[in-house]
Amino acid sequence: MVKIKPLEDIIRSHAFFDGLTPDISSLIAGCARNVRFKAGEMIYRLGDAADTFYVVRHGRVALEMPAAGKALCVETLDGGDILNASWLVPPYTCRFDARAVDDTRAIAFDAVCLRQKCDADSAVGYDLMKRFVPVMVERLTHARIQAMDLYAGGSTAQ
Amino acid sequence: MTAVSAQTDPYRPQVWRIVEKQMETADTATLALEPKDRANAMPFEPGQFNMLYAFGGGEVPISISGDPRETGRIIHTIRAVGSVTRPLIAHERGALVGLRGPFGAGWPVEAARGKDLLIIAGGLGLAPLRPAILDALHRRSAFQRIVILYGAKDPDSLLFLGDIADWRGRPDVGFDVTVDRAGQDWHGNIGVILRLIKAAHFDPANAVAFICGPEVMMRLAADELMARDLPQDSIYVSLERNMKCAFARCGHCQFGPHFVCKDGPVFRLDRIRALLQTPEI
Amino acid sequence: MLSADQVKPGAQAVLSRADFDHLITVLQAEGYDVIGPTVDNGAVVYQEIDNAGALPEGVASRQAAGRYRLEKRADNALFGYIAGAQSWRPYLFQPSRTVWRAEKSGDELSFTEPEEPAPKMAFLGMRACELAAIELQDRVFMNGDAPDPDYAARRSGALFIAVNCGEAGETCFCVSMDTGPKVTRGHDLVLTELIAPDAHDFLVEIETEAGAEIARKLPLRAAEPQEVGRADAILAETAQSMGRALDTNGLKEILQDNQDAPQWGDVAERCLSCANCTLVCPTCFCNTTEDVTALDGESAERRQRWASCFNLDFSYLHGGPVRPSVEARYRQWMTHKLAHWIDQFGDSGCVGCGRCISWCPASIDITEEAAALRRHAEEADNGEN
Repeated sequence: MVKIKPLEDIIRSHAFFDGLTPDISSLIAGCARNVRFKAGEMIYRLGDAADTFYVVRHGRVALEMPAAGKALCVETLDGGDILNASWLVPPYTCRFDARAVDDTRAIAFDAVCLRQKCDADSAVGYDLMKRFVPVMVERLTHARIQAMDLYAGGSTAQ
Repeated sequence: MTAVSAQTDPYRPQVWRIVEKQMETADTATLALEPKDRANAMPFEPGQFNMLYAFGGGEVPISISGDPRETGRIIHTIRAVGSVTRPLIAHERGALVGLRGPFGAGWPVEAARGKDLLIIAGGLGLAPLRPAILDALHRRSAFQRIVILYGAKDPDSLLFLGDIADWRGRPDVGFDVTVDRAGQDWHGNIGVILRLIKAAHFDPANAVAFICGPEVMMRLAADELMARDLPQDSIYVSLERNMKCAFARCGHCQFGPHFVCKDGPVFRLDRIRALLQTPEI
Repeated sequence: MLSADQVKPGAQAVLSRADFDHLITVLQAEGYDVIGPTVDNGAVVYQEIDNAGALPEGVASRQAAGRYRLEKRADNALFGYIAGAQSWRPYLFQPSRTVWRAEKSGDELSFTEPEEPAPKMAFLGMRACELAAIELQDRVFMNGDAPDPDYAARRSGALFIAVNCGEAGETCFCVSMDTGPKVTRGHDLVLTELIAPDAHDFLVEIETEAGAEIARKLPLRAAEPQEVGRADAILAETAQSMGRALDTNGLKEILQDNQDAPQWGDVAERCLSCANCTLVCPTCFCNTTEDVTALDGESAERRQRWASCFNLDFSYLHGGPVRPSVEARYRQWMTHKLAHWIDQFGDSGCVGCGRCISWCPASIDITEEAAALRRHAEEADNGEN
């Protein structure tokens, strides 16, 4: 029989939660569940309530902006990444479509549950913010670099 | 007074013929050239470039994108961006062009012997790196890991699709590609190449990286490699500047004290990093 | 008269002013185009001259920042002006030339260089700084395994007759650059003009066999020791009266390590980016090419011409120039000249002739700008301590 890894262990082994204390991991595990998405499956849609925060374990998720005719994909997220930043920011509304490109496994956190725990214990909230903000700043930096359209002009002839 | 013996005029191009032409993308073509006079065939080092002349249009530096072991012909991959590159790729098979070269200091593939070799290409920057990749793959066992990371604007602008399929399929090559934007038919990465560098498998204590792409991309990629503890003196980049002569005599390609045409185009990062960070050098 | 076997490299002799015409006629008889100083449009310029009458007799030139004027001298010196407005550069490195012509017909494409034999030139009146400048240009155009064919052909046939400077100009600083005022190398003959109330002579010093061949055909007499002494005294006096000085000690590092100094922005507010300094500089070597196609579409020509790093298109790369600001272009010119040259060719690219100062319409003075950067660097150092 396959031994099922406790959810708390899975959380602590994820890159986003690297170094998390047992106190906090057991606390937030109460808000968490394992989820799976099949390739092509929609995880959430633009405008949905941002009631779930994901950490991706395996697979690939595309963030897309729905548009007439076809969706434009702006970024893909892989194992190790986090998904749905809007869980933390009012009005808690999803800003993109998220679609599984490949079969994807993730840990889903109930956002209301997680927000309550952050509010109740600011040490928990601060720990999570310290993990969350660097990822957001990096994503912002990357988005800005993408917006420069670096490959458009140069011929890099040499 | 100095006596000067008769010399070959360094400004005079040799005549080469386009023997194959393949459109890589809507604005980029790969040309295979053979010398009209077989005696003018010449070897080259990965990362070197030639000055290509389109009759009446002028001359531009274009890196060599072919296999250095393939003697007798020269491959160039050219994007139509200006008044010389446009007529160059408008040429059909059989057309004659002028060629001077090869020039410059190329990729020190030997410096990666026994080490992990990281190839990081952005956009058309894959073209100057292709000879180094082909050279390394010919003698695969001389290296530890070979990692090829390639960033492009979108799936339609990817070059060398045949090579990409080959590299992706090789178990002894870590190949990954990312694009800035794509539709739903694209199943690969979307995002900056920095994400691929961050996730790449290599040993920073025993690796050499070659980066080629737009200058900003090379700088960012180098910073990401350094954040992963790869030392500056293990990182090489290839610069691009205006060039007229290609032998350090017209002055156009100066980059600080360096002539990009002669001292480069490939430079070890620690030797030029301060200049790369100074605006308008 | 000296005998022919006394006229050899290393020898000193005297040519009288009255016999000076002989020098030009001998050079012409030997097949040289004689290029020498003459007054044209209010300036002393180097042009082909037919006889000694074309020389700027009794002419003085007065230079200052942004200023160049000719005046009358109190004597009849032939070489009493400061170095010419333009250097000898155009005669060796042509401002514009055809590099090759391309012919295209059917399945043929061919390239041919123009068959114009290089002129055999004698340069008369070269100053020490100008010889130093040519030595520097030699390193650019004749280095490596592929010398510039046009430059090399012109250079190898040229005879250099130098003149020691009898006085220094207000914008001169050859002493700082260790290039003058005494002519010490690169020449075939060197003259020192000796003017006394009752005599007007030239001390002739023979450096090379090519120089001796000309000298043997001149009515020379032996030099008196006091004449040699007077020549030395004139040079010592010239060296003492430099109008400018440039402190080169550590200057390369000061420039290369202070590329972000506010002084570049300061000079950019005055600099018009007119390129005058690069056009009169005897060592500037940058050039560009132009391709011209004939109307029939079957022949094309590649032309090479002087280029300036002050022009926007100089650094053009797809998308725009690499150095759009005047600040960056002045910084490039001055840092290249005084610092990068040392990395590239082993010596400073400045010979201290002062032309860039005299001919700057904004009176920008390279020695003052270098001093300002030195002060900035020293203040930055003191701030750290």
